Amino acid sequence: MLTTIAKRTVTVIPTLIGVIIVTFLLTRVLPGDPAVYFAGPAATPESIADIRKSLGLDKPLPEQFVVYVNDLAHGNLGNSLATGQPVMAEIASRLPASAELTLFGLIISMVIAIPLGILAAVKQGSWIDHTCRVVATAGVSLPVFFTGLLLVYVFYFLLGWAPPPLGRLDVFYTAPPQVTGFYLIDSLIAGDFEVFRAALAQLILPGLTLAIFSLAPIARMTRASMLAVLASDYVRTARASGLSSYTVIVTYAFRNAMLPVITTLGMVFSFLLGANVLVEKVFAWPGIGSFAVEALIASDYAPVQGFVLTMAIMYVALNLLIDILYGVVDPRVRLEA
Amino acid sequence: MADIAAPVRPASGANALYRHARYVIGENPVTGLSFGLFVLILIAALIGPWIVPYNPLASDTSETLKPPSLHHLFGTDQLGRDIFSRVVVATQLDFAIAIFSVVLVFLMGGLAGVAAGYFGGWTDRVVGRIADTIMAFPLFVLAMGIVAALGNTVQNIVLATAIINFPLYARVARAEANVRREAGFVEAARLSGNREWRILAFQILPNVFPILVVQMSLTMGYAILNAAGLSFIGLGVRPPTPEWGIMVAEGAANIISGEWWIAFFPGAALMIAVFCFNLLGDGLRDIVDPRRRT
Amino acid sequence: MSADLALSVENLSVEFRTRSGVVRALENVSFSVAKGETIAIVGESGSGKSVTAYAVMGILDPAGRITAGRAMLGGLDLIAAKPRQLAQVRGRQIAMIFQNPRTALNPIRPVGRQIADVLIRHGGLTRRAAPAAAVEMLRAVGITDPVRRAKAYPFEMSGGMCQRVMIAIALAAKPSLLIADEPTTGLDVTTQAVIMDLIGDLAREMGMATIFITHDLALAGQRSARIVVMHAGHVVEAAPTKELFARARHPYTAELIAATPDSATSLDALAAIPGSLPDLRRSDLPPCRYSERCPRKKDACAQPLPHTALETNHMVACWNPLPAPLSAPSASAA
Repeated sequence: MLTTIAKRTVTVIPTLIGVIIVTFLLTRVLPGDPAVYFAGPAATPESIADIRKSLGLDKPLPEQFVVYVNDLAHGNLGNSLATGQPVMAEIASRLPASAELTLFGLIISMVIAIPLGILAAVKQGSWIDHTCRVVATAGVSLPVFFTGLLLVYVFYFLLGWAPPPLGRLDVFYTAPPQVTGFYLIDSLIAGDFEVFRAALAQLILPGLTLAIFSLAPIARMTRASMLAVLASDYVRTARASGLSSYTVIVTYAFRNAMLPVITTLGMVFSFLLGANVLVEKVFAWPGIGSFAVEALIASDYAPVQGFVLTMAIMYVALNLLIDILYGVVDPRVRLEA
Repeated sequence: MADIAAPVRPASGANALYRHARYVIGENPVTGLSFGLFVLILIAALIGPWIVPYNPLASDTSETLKPPSLHHLFGTDQLGRDIFSRVVVATQLDFAIAIFSVVLVFLMGGLAGVAAGYFGGWTDRVVGRIADTIMAFPLFVLAMGIVAALGNTVQNIVLATAIINFPLYARVARAEANVRREAGFVEAARLSGNREWRILAFQILPNVFPILVVQMSLTMGYAILNAAGLSFIGLGVRPPTPEWGIMVAEGAANIISGEWWIAFFPGAALMIAVFCFNLLGDGLRDIVDPRRRT
Repeated sequence: MSADLALSVENLSVEFRTRSGVVRALENVSFSVAKGETIAIVGESGSGKSVTAYAVMGILDPAGRITAGRAMLGGLDLIAAKPRQLAQVRGRQIAMIFQNPRTALNPIRPVGRQIADVLIRHGGLTRRAAPAAAVEMLRAVGITDPVRRAKAYPFEMSGGMCQRVMIAIALAAKPSLLIADEPTTGLDVTTQAVIMDLIGDLAREMGMATIFITHDLALAGQRSARIVVMHAGHVVEAAPTKELFARARHPYTAELIAATPDSATSLDALAAIPGSLPDLRRSDLPPCRYSERCPRKKDACAQPLPHTALETNHMVACWNPLPAPLSAPSASAA
């Protein structure tokens, strides 16, 4: 099994190379003078020349690329104009916030979408089936930022159930001591249930927004996959053998149906990582998405480049994990010598 | 032996297509609804600016933050501008962005894919590499990067949207071209001396079009969402230009204080437009290729 | 007499609702299997043989409806039974094996566990005891090294081995009746013989009745005591095997026999059956669905089908059956 994992990891390398090249090009092949962009809107001709020297923008392109890769290898993503801090440090400190939000949203999404898809397939033509279909079509049409705002209006302004959308924790609470960076986990580790509840309260609306957004592809794929599996020869054999409904649907049908759903998760992550940026803006979430958006507005280019690169590398890593997970779960892939 | 003088096209005559289209639209009321909605949106896009009651850019400080009423159907925003007029006028911009994105990606992706499927070999590998590299990024993030790099303009939003949809079109076009590479009418064209690229552009690409047109309708919906998302975070469209995404952004801060209409109506317009294009795509799929019905 | 029957199907009618109309797949199908008896249901593709089996087992496609009939298994009518009663019976007293054994097994579950599932469900075994019993079942169906094979997946096994596993699954609860739907289609000739032998041996050992469903008349002739011939959703003739081959009375049966290749027939002497199956969606189907292709058709054939019992155990549904041969039956085809 380790060899399969190793083999799959190796196939990722050309993709990573492509990603690094593209992000390099994105910031060097800017229209006009890249130095001007990196110097910022308030730059004088001297500071532009300084930046050009210090970032090595006067050297030929291939040489710049080597420097770029070298910097990456040392974790150097440049410095932010606004704060003067290394971009890498900022991203690292903000990453847990985004990760917690995305994972929370994904879990809610799967908890709703998968049972919905299964029931829709098992009870074809029923109201559950139609609900599933409507949810799928609506979920694809709703702009994620609009959903977020709607939720805020209904649950915060009208009903007063949710706290104000002002970030990860209400002002009165302090963050738990950092172990993982996930407030939910860290607060439980510290035994602080007040903070846990507060962090959860802040997470619910943005998490729900992301969940609604990613419901559609998961529900749709679960339903389609389940339908195909329920019509298969081996489910027919299971039925003919008189196995209980539970065994047929869960042990025989569901496990097989989940395989394509795992593969779908890759695509879902692509949407989620993008939607994350929008949700972070709506809910003032201090993650890397809002970091990039703030930098964009300030015409601060190094953070944006660092953000795109980080997201791409995370996405590649996630896809690799999904690939490996699939290989572990499906014996046909696992045992192919 | 087949008559090779007249190349046989898989699509039936225009008349039969029209009748079939009428049947499909009539059979499913939802499809009919989406076609009707599409026409409505098209009309709003074309003549919107001329029929709206207020100037979308005109601010009126005495009428700020008014909720929907008979005077202002959708209310007014922080600068006293009529939201209904702005939403209708914004149709033009969003629709234009969607159309241009889709046409651009059809040409780029369609031609590249068709070439890859037809010539194979080195062309295929290069197109494949490009597509794979694009897909290695979360798509919206890549769009952000492209617009940030190339400049904050509407044209770059169109280009970014086209680029991130490129892999899908290239793949579909490539598959179709692969199938048709050896088809009779291609052979006929080749035999009658047509050069390769003419075959590609005038024989294969038009036959790939019906398959892609379904995807194009879906992409239009996605292009609008993409552009709105980019505008929402400040990329692409600048105030005071009316565009649905940026209008939602402008109204976002007021949601907490309860002035819901500023963000709601442009957001609802977005939703309806995208919903319409998705349904349209499903309807087109039923017309073009009923076998692929889900 | 019914006490000796493993299964008695009476007047079974099934229809399917499809986009292009209602397909009257089965009409008034009746036959019976005695305890421990092996019979075969033969007919060309589309004759309704598999539909009959699916209807009896209760695994018809959702588009199918049983519109009439009974299927008596012991004292229980399978058609009218409630789901709870069926659950007691299916897989336990009546079992089924299918063609294409590889796709008929769960691809991501070890074969031993698939057998164990049935043992736990019907055999009353605990989760702990089942795996060992599953290994024994594998041994009983002739799989070598059953301990190792129990952990294997279907894709790691040959078609013949997969079919053995399916037999193990079906026979795990020691049913009184086994339905085998084209069990050897897709297997090579040697494996076919081996599988058929295996089924026959196990049936004898367990006193189990068997229904073979096949399009291969020669195979049916070799392995079954009685043959039921179906055409376009009707049972047209049923008789003991020797009797059928020697004194086939229905024109269709005669054509089937003539069309069956054996070592004596040369390729160009092979006769094809003229015509094709009628479209079962038609509302104007004649009462005898063979009449439109039958060379012996006469006016009387427009009446509803008779079910003439000729001698005991020989039934034919025909207004103009072939005449009985005057001399003693000659040696049947090899």
